[in-house]
Amino acid sequence: MNESKVLQIRGLKVAAPNGAILVDNVDLDLKRGEVKGLIGESGAGKSTIGLAAMGYGRNGCRIVGGEIIVNGVSLMTIDRAGREAVRGAGIAYVAQSAAAAFNPAMKIGEQIMEGPLYHGIMNRQEAEAWMLELLQALQLPDYQNFGSRYPHQVSGGQLQRAMVAMAMSCRPDILVLDEPTTALDVTTQIEVLALLRSLIQRYDTAALYITHDLAVVAQIADSILVLRHGKEVEAGSAEQILEQPQQDYTRRLVSERKAHMSGEGVHHKNGEVLLEARDVTAYYGRKKVLDKVQCLLRKGETLAVVGESGSGKSTLARVIAGLPPHSSGVVSLAGHRLADKYTQRSREELRRIQLVYQLPDVALNPRHTVGEIIGRPMSFYFGMNDEQRASEVNRLLDLIGLPRDFAERLPKALSGGQKQRVCIARALAARPDLIICDEVTSALDPLVADEILTLLQSLQNELGVSYLFITHDLGVVRRIADRTMVMQHGRIVETGTTEEVFAPPYQPYTEQLITSVPELRRDWLDGVLAKRGLPVA
Amino acid sequence: MTTLILKRVALGILTLLLVSALIFAGTQLLPGDVASAILGQNATPESLAVLRADLGLDQPLLHRYFSWLGGFVTGDLGNSLANHQPVADLLWPRFWNTMALALYAAVVSVPVAVTLGLFSAILRGSLFDRAVNIVALAFVSLPEYFLGLLLILFVSVQYNLLPSLADTYPGMGFADWLKATTLPALTLVLVTVAQMLRMTRTAVLAVMDQAYVETAYLKGLRTRRAVLRHALPNAAAPIVNVVSFNVAYLITGVVLVEAVFNYNGLGRFMVDAVSKRDLPLVQAAALVFGAAYVILNIIADISAIALNPRLRHPR
Amino acid sequence: MKFLRSITPTAWIGLFIISLNLVLFVAGPHIAPFAQEEIVGSPFDPPSAAHWFGLDQNGRDMLSRLLAGAQMSIGVSLAASVLSFTIGITLGFIAAIFGGWLDTVLSRIVDTVMCIPVLISALVVLQALGSSIPVLIVTIALLDSTRVFRLARIVAQGINVLEYAETARLRGEGLLWLVFKEILPNALPPLIAEFGLRFCFTFLFVAGLSFLGLGIQPPFADWGGMVKDNQQAILYGLYAPLYPAAAIAILTIGVNLVVDWLLAGRSAIQGADR
Repeated sequence: MNESKVLQIRGLKVAAPNGAILVDNVDLDLKRGEVKGLIGESGAGKSTIGLAAMGYGRNGCRIVGGEIIVNGVSLMTIDRAGREAVRGAGIAYVAQSAAAAFNPAMKIGEQIMEGPLYHGIMNRQEAEAWMLELLQALQLPDYQNFGSRYPHQVSGGQLQRAMVAMAMSCRPDILVLDEPTTALDVTTQIEVLALLRSLIQRYDTAALYITHDLAVVAQIADSILVLRHGKEVEAGSAEQILEQPQQDYTRRLVSERKAHMSGEGVHHKNGEVLLEARDVTAYYGRKKVLDKVQCLLRKGETLAVVGESGSGKSTLARVIAGLPPHSSGVVSLAGHRLADKYTQRSREELRRIQLVYQLPDVALNPRHTVGEIIGRPMSFYFGMNDEQRASEVNRLLDLIGLPRDFAERLPKALSGGQKQRVCIARALAARPDLIICDEVTSALDPLVADEILTLLQSLQNELGVSYLFITHDLGVVRRIADRTMVMQHGRIVETGTTEEVFAPPYQPYTEQLITSVPELRRDWLDGVLAKRGLPVA
Repeated sequence: MTTLILKRVALGILTLLLVSALIFAGTQLLPGDVASAILGQNATPESLAVLRADLGLDQPLLHRYFSWLGGFVTGDLGNSLANHQPVADLLWPRFWNTMALALYAAVVSVPVAVTLGLFSAILRGSLFDRAVNIVALAFVSLPEYFLGLLLILFVSVQYNLLPSLADTYPGMGFADWLKATTLPALTLVLVTVAQMLRMTRTAVLAVMDQAYVETAYLKGLRTRRAVLRHALPNAAAPIVNVVSFNVAYLITGVVLVEAVFNYNGLGRFMVDAVSKRDLPLVQAAALVFGAAYVILNIIADISAIALNPRLRHPR
Repeated sequence: MKFLRSITPTAWIGLFIISLNLVLFVAGPHIAPFAQEEIVGSPFDPPSAAHWFGLDQNGRDMLSRLLAGAQMSIGVSLAASVLSFTIGITLGFIAAIFGGWLDTVLSRIVDTVMCIPVLISALVVLQALGSSIPVLIVTIALLDSTRVFRLARIVAQGINVLEYAETARLRGEGLLWLVFKEILPNALPPLIAEFGLRFCFTFLFVAGLSFLGLGIQPPFADWGGMVKDNQQAILYGLYAPLYPAAAIAILTIGVNLVVDWLLAGRSAIQGADR
């Protein structure tokens, strides 16, 4: 690796339109060919730094201080034309969502070649040849004709790779990769990760890899910068950070990831059957989304339903709750049959099954206070008066770990994790038998998610409530589930106790899922690729 | 895409029929009998009978509707109640007058509004943008007759640049025609430019905020290039929508302007017919206006379909 | 307090204009120096100390007629807007919440009515039923409610698909709770802005009809009619018709300024820093 520095950032300060400081005095160096992971939770400022490295502020954010030197050119001291000459050519950006990043009215190939043609780096033939080389290296199907298609004509995963090709089109010295694999399924993530790594190594490109997933960054980064609330927490080589983290925050992040896949499931006594679903089949229009699904859940236990997007796990949860789509099959609660549509279920039946959603932002009415939100089920189901309600609300707030004065607050004053706690309290207020958790930790940062899971477990131990836990995250399943059901394409692939499912012998799909989850070891990716017979570098 | 367009045209024809039915129903809305309402206090049993026969009121409603519609298709729009002249002879010349005035206004206002709206959006937040916005907002709030009267006062009466009343006649020279119609056209232009400008700005801003425009900037493209190659092609459909909405609005604006300037168009004609309760005239004029509006909307929808990249290049 | 500071200067102007007009609406005829119908001089007398805006085409005090006309002009438009809003929101919410065939039927009816320009529909109806005040109010309200329906429906649908609305439905909440506690409080911002816009439209529309002679009929004074009556004066270089027309314009500008401020939060005002 050449020792010259391609990127130098000193004392970077970025402010939001309302004046709040998003990035506070951050330093960063990148050598040629070096990959640096930018790690942090949401709001840490990692994307902002990535964009600032290009001299760009999104949505009214302004770079108000610091030096940014790309290949010897100081971006903040030259004029806009100077910055524009560097962008795309010296340093290029790969966005998180490819579908939105491509112009729907222009052919993919034209957009990929636009950079080098515009910057005058290549003529048309050279640009085209280089594009074909990239498309082939990215293993895109029918790569010779891929460029003549429009963005909406190809799949999301293919478009993501096309975006990498677009970024590489000017042979930049630096790539800013903004959560490039976060939106992908675990099984696709591996392929894209491997492709990225091989491209970066082949063309000696330096990269800023922005993500909140330490395990992913461990596979590809040479050095790591940990961020929190816009400030640097710790920086060092990848080995240092992953094996000997110095700061408390870093330690917590590392240990959370280390413990992620080490759970062995939970064991509860075999209670009586609470929920049973038999031969559940459902369609969205003509598409079959659930195919004769069976499901059994006992009192006091957690049944995890795990699968990738499109597996039908969320649909199963909705069907059990009585929401559309319309389904055939039998769903029974404690022995007696529930109506298919929730509008035909009795109030008691509705009370006993509660649903907690993935996104707490839209699950809480912005105009109601926390107290009103938690208290409503109490008046609705139990007819409690104001006094009873107030004390019951306080009891629940204690139970979920929020201060009692939160009852007067509106949702917008709460953080994501706090909002999710309120959603859980609202579900508990109905004193249900079963709580369906639909990806309730998927939208939360790892440390916050960890707390929520701990909370859910303690609530189960204390109250004996059962959970139907929908998730795509195998680590979560291993941590809290008694029994696990694996789904794919609307069908059940495997079901059993968590221990059984995660121990050999494996169903092929289960094995694929398990081996696709990145582990904190730096050599994990190489191991998986070798096992699958794919080229390692 | 062709199927979509054909579907839209078919839907348009259906809409035209529905519109004609609604208009016919609306004119028959009278409490009590049409004939007595028209004759009012002058009604005698004989005159009522004559009028009823004249209007074909002894026929069932549906039959009247179809014969009216049929007459329309063949060119026979009935006769005016006031002077028994064929409606067609009175209507069509005035219709073309109105169309000419509307066209004059549209040809000037559309390019001006779209350009100003576009630059407003590109230069968002600048002094230019804010100034244009305030002025546009003011003009949008001004009724056509206020503007028209102001223009007459200053341009015509005080400075004698243009005639105050739009007296046009067939066989007039083009230059003279322009002179006569410029003030009314200008009034229309001022009002529609303001509206179209604000709507164009909103539509273009929506496109400028899309992620793919940011991608263009991050590739190092300068503003002009990003706007021309990435924003505009995707703003075309929304802008066409905006333009067609406003051109359709012109149809109603024209009525007020014709009244201010005493212009011999379909709008003034219809207003007179309404105050005189001349049923056949009102029916015919309403249907013509309605049809023009529906046809404009069909054209707008078809353009939006044709300009949508996802529909031009299906999977 | 923070709310008051967030009101822009232009919005303050708008609010001032609206308040002024509300005062005129309530107290107009009572604070006028002269009676509406009282003839106090020759037609089109120029402004003087006694008559700030001069006299109209019949020799009546322009200012007094303006003050008296406020009640009619603002009143009729306000009544039509309120009625239009009530109908539009009710039907729009019903269509959004119940969906299915009810939504389809209502939407088709609204789409068809909207196929004819409002002025043309109004003219057709007025021709048949005459231009009495109740007919004006109801006709304009019905025609305008189609626009309100569309907006209310989209807003309600947007809220109805959110998880907190679904939670309430799953709980077993009834229609009244859903509408008044879940949907309406969150629908207010866009609906309030829309009310302002609809009022502007009905106000200009009623005045326009009066200007054409088909709106508010004598003996009631209204601003649109006053413009029509005084129209000829313009040919002699006299400002007479401009006073009522300006009154119409000023109120419309005022409401538009406030609506613009209400809607300003919704679109991104800032671009990227490059």
